[in-house]
Amino acid sequence: MAHLNGNSNGNSNGTGLRLKTGLAEMLKGGVIMDVMNVEQARIAEEAGAVSVMALERVPAMIRAEGGVARMANPKLIKEIMATVSIPVMAKARIGHFAEAQVLESLGVDFIDESEVLTPADETYHIDKHAFTTPFVCGARNLGEALRRIAEGAAMIRTKGEPGTGDVVHAVQHMRQITREIRILSALREEELFNEAKLHGAPYELVKMVAAAGKLPVPNFSAGGIATPADAALMMQLGAETVFVGSGIFMKDGATPLDLTPGSKQRDEAISRAKAIVLAATHFNDPKIVSEASEMLIGSMKGLAAAGLEESQRMQTRGW
Amino acid sequence: MTQEHLTIGVLAVQGAFDAHAQVLRSLGVNAPLVRTPEELASLDGLILPGGESTTFLKHLERNGFFDALSKFVQHKPSFGTCAGTILLAKDVRNPAQKSLAVLDATVERNAYGRQIDSTIIETETTLPGGPLETVYIRAPRIAAVGSGVEVLARRDGDPVLVREGRVLAATFHPELSSDTRVHALFVDMVREHKLAQASTEVHAL
Repeated sequence: MAHLNGNSNGNSNGTGLRLKTGLAEMLKGGVIMDVMNVEQARIAEEAGAVSVMALERVPAMIRAEGGVARMANPKLIKEIMATVSIPVMAKARIGHFAEAQVLESLGVDFIDESEVLTPADETYHIDKHAFTTPFVCGARNLGEALRRIAEGAAMIRTKGEPGTGDVVHAVQHMRQITREIRILSALREEELFNEAKLHGAPYELVKMVAAAGKLPVPNFSAGGIATPADAALMMQLGAETVFVGSGIFMKDGATPLDLTPGSKQRDEAISRAKAIVLAATHFNDPKIVSEASEMLIGSMKGLAAAGLEESQRMQTRGW
Repeated sequence: MTQEHLTIGVLAVQGAFDAHAQVLRSLGVNAPLVRTPEELASLDGLILPGGESTTFLKHLERNGFFDALSKFVQHKPSFGTCAGTILLAKDVRNPAQKSLAVLDATVERNAYGRQIDSTIIETETTLPGGPLETVYIRAPRIAAVGSGVEVLARRDGDPVLVREGRVLAATFHPELSSDTRVHALFVDMVREHKLAQASTEVHAL
């Protein structure tokens, strides 16, 4: 019996990458929820989330509180891993390969090299081929997506504008990427060399996308998705799964709900989590999306992304 | 009967449903995605894909889906991979959870570890055509099987591909490999079941 995984650094035969994108395949059609503690993680799993993202502060809090946002405390991540049976993801700063090494040593199932945290490197992203753990990276357009894939990302998520509850930029980024893919599919082979240059992406990957009509790794959506209808919208626009951040466990966007068993706020959180999971699966069925929307107790206030100064935008981190 | 007449649905509440549907279509089978209990009615067989079994259960709790699915797998061929195997097994551990209980087996969830322990192995099987590539992603372990269960492949002694009557189950992901032999076996099972049913109906006339 021959083991073919050739893990750590062993992606040369493509086996490591297949295992990484393989887990992303298993997460399709679902919802990945940001959680800050064990209780939130438990509710996310209970509600049917396919995975949780462990972090100390959700994007809306990072936005409200400012300061340097870093990898979560390993103790918190371990507690969450010990609590839920679904895969656990955690965020590392862009370019911060030492944080990523820590996350890999903890055994997290996916690492998000995330623009939500304060970037650690203004030039280089992490060499993700050097890890056994799969990575997800954000992208606003096809070139950015393919540069991350070239570095070893096993899943792409559109960035949107995290921590706002405003879906407008998630829509913009998904439309941009799918439009650019359709254009590539229509071009003649000799035209692809120039496209590769224009996108700042490796020619081989550009050729693969042109032939397949889709990214070589799963394409998910994140940033500003706050309601069941938002989830349905992103899925219909081509997202294969959605990441949901600040809305579910927060009150007024920035204060965590009180999740003490029996509390009204706990019911509110559960209703939101369940509703968004239901809508992500039945994104093509407006009746079920409507049913999901009716389940909601309370709503997230949100922050209009258009009102944000360029310097406050998280999506422009990474390139 | 040609394969064009076979309709094998893929449970698509979540998980690797697309990959399964693509393999089935490459084998000439009609492969609709199934998200509601009503969609089970027109199927000759069903694939329960990998994904998160806890998530599957949450979706199946709605609108009598679990009961409809339970009835379906008791009468029609079904093929579970990874999380799908967990749903089909009689006994689920680590932690214990509800299941359709049509496969006489004990399954332990996430028994081979986390994603970092996911692996691809070449293994001998009873299928013709040499060793089979098996892709394990956060795989469950079949810890025990009943006497009526046929073991078609093993990993370090544990069954990884098993068949009990019209139920087929794998703890690995044949849909993530280019080798279509496991899917072809299931298509054969579905065809045989459909033929047998048709002949029973003829005898009954």
